[in-house]
Amino acid sequence: MAANLSKKSLRSPLAEARGLGSAKHGTEHWWHQRVTAIALVPLTIWFVFGVIRHLGADYAAFVAWMKSPFSAVMMALTAAVTFHHAQAGLQVVIEDYVHNELAKLLSILAVKFVCYALAAACVFSVLKISFGV
Amino acid sequence: MANGSGRPLSPHMQVYKFEWTMALSITHRITGVGLAVGTLLLTWWLVAAATGPDAFARAQKFIGSGLGLLLMFGWTWALFYHLANGIRHLVWDAGYSFELKEAELGGKIVVGASLGLTILAWIIGLAVW
Repeated sequence: MAANLSKKSLRSPLAEARGLGSAKHGTEHWWHQRVTAIALVPLTIWFVFGVIRHLGADYAAFVAWMKSPFSAVMMALTAAVTFHHAQAGLQVVIEDYVHNELAKLLSILAVKFVCYALAAACVFSVLKISFGV
Repeated sequence: MANGSGRPLSPHMQVYKFEWTMALSITHRITGVGLAVGTLLLTWWLVAAATGPDAFARAQKFIGSGLGLLLMFGWTWALFYHLANGIRHLVWDAGYSFELKEAELGGKIVVGASLGLTILAWIIGLAVW
């Protein structure tokens, strides 16, 4: 199969064996999307139950929820993994529809910066409540 | 071929007959973008809680308002749809369910599950609220 492909390919046999493509990342981006997707299945189910249980919650009840180590870790994980998944997905959407190179680059950078800033804000907030406001 | 590489190009969308599973596919993407926007509300909620009781009360008040509830309802369905269809994608990634009948059945399960779970979550949510 590889020998067959290399007859048509412009890539060297070593580049083909490594399978990393011209961007040098291979399937890394795709794989990260899947890893975060799988992690988000239990996290999302926990999150939905948690939100429903604290719908009418006053401030004290919400703080008590986030003071539980398990809940704090789950909420921090939910936020962190959600934003990692979101920036990976939004990058693919931008790459598919934005064809101007500069606009594409800038919008992907903006999405990544905003996503990681929001993730940091969420994780910090959870830790602040958990350690005592 | 137009890309000059000698490799075949995929024909573009308009040459295909419309199948409803196509709508499910683009809906996965639309709900994903919508949920990404929804993370702004999640961030507001958590940051407000970390800021103090007044800020938290303002966030809770917005979520409980007409616009807030409408957004929450949309995001509930988007979340369940993206979750269910995401699992459908993971099944494909694992190498299963590529037959047309299975793919269509999976699509029906996803639509049914997303609607059913949304209604269930809101019945429970409104009951405890």
